Amino acid sequence: MKKILAMLLAGMMVFSLTACGGKDGGSDAANNEGSNPAANDTGNDTDGAAGGAFKIGGHGPLTGGAAIYGNAAKNGAQIAVDEINAAGGAVQFELTYEDDEHDPEKAENAYNALKDWGMQLSLSGVTSKPAEATSTSHNDDRIFALTPSASATAVIEGKDNVYQMCFMDPNQGTASADYISEQNLGSKIAVIYQNDEVYSSGIYDRFAARAKELGLEIVSATTFTTASQTDFSVQLSEAKNAGADLLYLPIYYTPASLILTQAKGMDYQPKIFGVDGMDGILTVEGFDTSLAEGVMLLTPFNADAEDERTKSFVSKYQELFGETPNQFAADAYDCVYAFKQAIEQSGATADLSAEDLCGKMIEAFSSMTFDGLTGEGMTWTDGAVSKSPKGMVIENGAYVGMD
Amino acid sequence: MKKLFSPGRRDYTISFGIVILAYLVVQAMILTGNITSSFKGQLVPICAYIVMAVSLNLTVGVLGELSLGHAGFMSVGAFGGIVATTALADAIPFAPLRLAVAMAFGGLLAGIMGVIVGVPVLRLKGDYLAIVTLAFGQIIMNIVNVLYIGRDARGLHFSLLEQRFELGEGGKMIINGPIGVSGVSKLSTFTAGFLLVLATLLLILNLLHSRTGRAVMAVRDNAIAAESIGISITRYKLLAFVVSAVFAGMAGTLYAMNYSTVTAAKFDFNTSILVLVFVVLGGLGNIWGSIIAAALLTVLPELLRAVNDYRMLLYAILLIAMMLFNNSKLKERLLAGRHREVE
Repeated sequence: MKKILAMLLAGMMVFSLTACGGKDGGSDAANNEGSNPAANDTGNDTDGAAGGAFKIGGHGPLTGGAAIYGNAAKNGAQIAVDEINAAGGAVQFELTYEDDEHDPEKAENAYNALKDWGMQLSLSGVTSKPAEATSTSHNDDRIFALTPSASATAVIEGKDNVYQMCFMDPNQGTASADYISEQNLGSKIAVIYQNDEVYSSGIYDRFAARAKELGLEIVSATTFTTASQTDFSVQLSEAKNAGADLLYLPIYYTPASLILTQAKGMDYQPKIFGVDGMDGILTVEGFDTSLAEGVMLLTPFNADAEDERTKSFVSKYQELFGETPNQFAADAYDCVYAFKQAIEQSGATADLSAEDLCGKMIEAFSSMTFDGLTGEGMTWTDGAVSKSPKGMVIENGAYVGMD
Repeated sequence: MKKLFSPGRRDYTISFGIVILAYLVVQAMILTGNITSSFKGQLVPICAYIVMAVSLNLTVGVLGELSLGHAGFMSVGAFGGIVATTALADAIPFAPLRLAVAMAFGGLLAGIMGVIVGVPVLRLKGDYLAIVTLAFGQIIMNIVNVLYIGRDARGLHFSLLEQRFELGEGGKMIINGPIGVSGVSKLSTFTAGFLLVLATLLLILNLLHSRTGRAVMAVRDNAIAAESIGISITRYKLLAFVVSAVFAGMAGTLYAMNYSTVTAAKFDFNTSILVLVFVVLGGLGNIWGSIIAAALLTVLPELLRAVNDYRMLLYAILLIAMMLFNNSKLKERLLAGRHREVE
């Protein structure tokens, strides 16, 4: 007993030493870089920024239930940073991702850790609530943020230095309703959405409002929460009994895959319409992809696209991480390239403080046009990106444009 | 004053000593600029968790009833406090006062909830409180999830399940159902947290060392004996439980006002258990133990950030190690040694 305890305590001390060691190493490196004269007068937060590398920080759920999204964004951003650094241009990047466990409190901690590290440009959060929490801090500290995938309106509302790479939730809801109405996809619509997720309920609210305007009939709207996303028989029966011929699913792909499986089990086969969270459904482990045949979705990114950049990104991602990238990865990849373009356009250098850089970035982002994997000719107004979601339909296990 | 430092009141000296010393050290660090943003950002949550742990210790350690829904009271205080600060934004422009009023309101609401939960349950003998508080935490979470509160020029609007009111010009949603609260103006400061911790300690320690406190402990140790000498069991159980709920509510307000966004899902079963872990680790009935455990276990995951992939694993190992240490002979001997010194 005593031995075990002694060993544990010894282990603890070893780890705490390595922890300190790691930290010291970091700050040493920062100090060395700080010997660049220009960097010395840039204030506390940006001591480490020099040597031509811009420090990009981001936080996302790297562990826990939402980890797939955080890791995808992290991996996507890492590929972009590696590509840019390997090309050896004037603009070089350094990337750090911190874990926020999809929790606003932890996100705030992660953000502060990044600030200590000397972050100059931020990828903010991957998921909406954590990003919303830190967006206020970004605004207070004047650190420019471009979030790959936090799509809630509140993330950018009232903050002049927080931008989005994804389209906002409300836009997707409106666009979905327009699409369904224009293409005459269904007369009786059932919706299943996740009411404790900003993303999902945000889209639903706008969808419902727009559907009313367009005269679409929503015959059933049922909800589920994170805690109850394993069984959808109640929601599906209600939709079936209401005679819905189109099922609208503004949710992420993991619960969506379950809904498809259970609908099949109930012998209920309505048309399915999803949003960008549905992207990735073909990669769910153990999911019979034939069930997804005919599923329609709105997504900015198509991993099967034929253009050179997408092909090279997808093959690199598969090589490094062994899976097909989803839109989170593509959005984060685009973010890093958008940073690069904005830096080149504004002529900013890596020895600028985060605050000076913030001003230049706001200027650059409000005037530039950006082409990326997730859309061409993107521009930003008040932090929101203008790009239109593309309608896709799944045919033979691949996305095909719907128009 | 003499009484304050008598040997029987050693936990006063230790508890206040730790808190005041920590406050002075941190203030010195802030003034000299020797503080990392990471640590600075955790100061308010640490204070909130300390108050949570100390107040739960009153129920679990001193009263001897297991409560598994302490985060439910925190949630009530958090959302009550947010509604109060938003509603009073024009009436009380002075932020610290507004925070204090909001805390009082949050504490009051949580206290009322404590009475509602406590009155029927604390009349029973057995582990019923654990079951009911467990359910209470979940119920509060689900209620806040379907609660819509907005404010405009005409006043406050409420609705359940869906938003049934339209806000007038310049109106603002305060609680927006499952989306929770957005755009809170952060009022909490480290000093506010420190003052709340002091107030909590003062009240709870005084309660413990008063006639009431001894009655509560008598109920814990032997209910029949206590009843035989005329102590009303239900009354003292309820008193301790409600005081504990009030402080949890105030901690909730402090916590919520430190972030620009809060959702009901934050105050779930896991948070209740986390606070319970603080209490058990600090020692049941040991107030300053709760303070140290809460502060340490809040900071620990952040200190472990440097070892990224292993931090979850390490956190668990450290928890087990600390639990083992708490029950080991080594600790007994250390404590025995210290007792000898004192004598």
